[in-house]
Amino acid sequence: MDDGLYFSDQHRAVRDTVRAFARDEVAPVASDLDVRAEFPWPTVKRMAELGLLGVPWPESMGGAGLDLVSYLIVIHELAKVDASHAITVSAHTTLGTSPIVHFGTAAQCARYVPLLAAGKVLGGFGLTESGAGSDAAGTQTRAVRKNGHYVLNGGKVFITHGGVGEVFVVTAVTDPGVGTRGISAFILTKETVDLDQARELGIGHAESLVPLAGFTSGKKEDKLGWRASDTRALTFTDVEVPVENRLGEEGAGFTNFMRTLDSGRIGIAALSLGIAEGAFEAALAYAGVRRQFGQRIAHFQGVQFPLADMATEIEAGQHLVFHAAWLAQRGKPFGKQAAMAKLFCSELAMRTTIMAVQLHGGYGYTRDFPVERMMRDAKICEIGEGTSEIQRVVIARHLLRELAD
Amino acid sequence: MKIAVCIKRVPVMDRRFTIAPGGTTIDEVGLAYDVNDFDLWAVEAALRLKEQVGTGEVVVLSLGPDVVQEQIRKALSMGADRGIHLQAASVGADDLPVARALADALRDGGYDGIFLGRLAVDRANGVTGPVIAELLGLPCVTAVSKLEIANGRGRAQRELEGAQEIVEFPLPAVITVDQGLNTERLPTLKGIMGAKKKPLEVRPVTLDAPRVTVRRLALPPERIGGRIIGEGVGAVPELVRLLHDEAKVL
Repeated sequence: MDDGLYFSDQHRAVRDTVRAFARDEVAPVASDLDVRAEFPWPTVKRMAELGLLGVPWPESMGGAGLDLVSYLIVIHELAKVDASHAITVSAHTTLGTSPIVHFGTAAQCARYVPLLAAGKVLGGFGLTESGAGSDAAGTQTRAVRKNGHYVLNGGKVFITHGGVGEVFVVTAVTDPGVGTRGISAFILTKETVDLDQARELGIGHAESLVPLAGFTSGKKEDKLGWRASDTRALTFTDVEVPVENRLGEEGAGFTNFMRTLDSGRIGIAALSLGIAEGAFEAALAYAGVRRQFGQRIAHFQGVQFPLADMATEIEAGQHLVFHAAWLAQRGKPFGKQAAMAKLFCSELAMRTTIMAVQLHGGYGYTRDFPVERMMRDAKICEIGEGTSEIQRVVIARHLLRELAD
Repeated sequence: MKIAVCIKRVPVMDRRFTIAPGGTTIDEVGLAYDVNDFDLWAVEAALRLKEQVGTGEVVVLSLGPDVVQEQIRKALSMGADRGIHLQAASVGADDLPVARALADALRDGGYDGIFLGRLAVDRANGVTGPVIAELLGLPCVTAVSKLEIANGRGRAQRELEGAQEIVEFPLPAVITVDQGLNTERLPTLKGIMGAKKKPLEVRPVTLDAPRVTVRRLALPPERIGGRIIGEGVGAVPELVRLLHDEAKVL
């Protein structure tokens, strides 16, 4: 892809910074973090310093004031080296911060966004429940209005930054019996589970935020991939949430988070594409040095063909991702293209990483090479923020709507 | 503290180079460009000095076609205050006209220090700094690996073969920076955003005719892989025979 089609000099400058950071500071620690399933506070601090945790937000809110394409470049470049770092940026920005930026009052924006954009605290998004994921109407968490506040009871599962984060946008039913129109969103705050480390590093904790009693996080999930990312359940036990913490109108929670998820899909698509490219580059380099039968394995057509397929599909994926971003940035409808990009690139990440391991042979199955980690990291891309099946449903809905028109 | 830093746009060195038709230039297709590493360390040194003093200005100069503005922007995104693009359609292999154009631009700038990289990784002549110093009549300290500046004087360490030399000099001075002085910072995203708003002045320059021209460019001969003759004492006679008969070094 000639990047001039989508990128300006400024985009390339962003890419250079993130590429250098990923190469010099993330790549050396990625494998170890994966083995120990450790949240990488020191590199998260560096990401905050570099401005990677508030890329698309206006400078007046403490963001970098850059565009969506810049933000996707950050996700994409990080994911080439380590998907956990990429999802940390993505979940914090798209899921944790964007609902407040887009649907928050001026007071809510002023209170939370500067802290989030500077990376002073990490944010998360609580939608999924044990009985409600793709089917948001199954939401069981209840919010009952009482004496000037809402009382929340229930819980969420698989919440990125559930433990390390301090600011969460969560959904709860305020009006049972009317389905998704009875769902509202709230901003909830708690202390990070890594308080000592946060204080020591000066990141991840804000004294100015009031932890809400009864709002807790559960044990860290032991995952197949994205192991350096923090995923936990959230529990709400009679949590008294001030009315001023309601995000958007009562009953608007569902429509609002559908919009959040639409743009989130391009982020996951960029992340998936990054994993695929990272695995492809590793496989190409390996095929160029590994010798069998007296020559480099890249000389065998059996190796060349999959490499050619991978490169072709990656190029197609690049256009899907950055075209969807191009649409979104110009205010054009992009829901269908975002779902297509997410569907194609997440499945591409899976196919590509499996083939990258295959091309590495036995070495690919060991931790001495990054491709086995990439293969494990790829799988969740076909599941999180809407499964591949849901993406197909979304795309088909768009097609049928177009047919009806 | 007002410091000028001269930077050069160079090809990124991790690529495979080929020679363009004509045989006197490299083929630019597929190359990526960046600021010369040594110049990045010079920018970093200037920024640190300004931060240490608390006030001042870091001005970045680069000579060449319009594309060098990309490199000036990078220095601005690292924190330099403004840029001067000395605009010339092409720059030849002779460093004297380059140094002369830079010296002309620097002469009345009121700079306390003029920083450059020790050499540019593309041509590796390493003379631009010293020639600028000569043209401006300033002291010149080359290949600096440690630098302290206070009260209008500088103290620098230079790496020599197997030794270190400590020198002192008055300001203003021309300093060329060696590896090891610092590690350059990455531009932050806010820095990249801010760089767009910083002043970048374009001054067309006419370079003197070059007196050095490239006649021919050749790639180093392909490395031929080694050969394992055998192991241990038993292999020695064969090794000696090959060194004598084939390599003809014995």
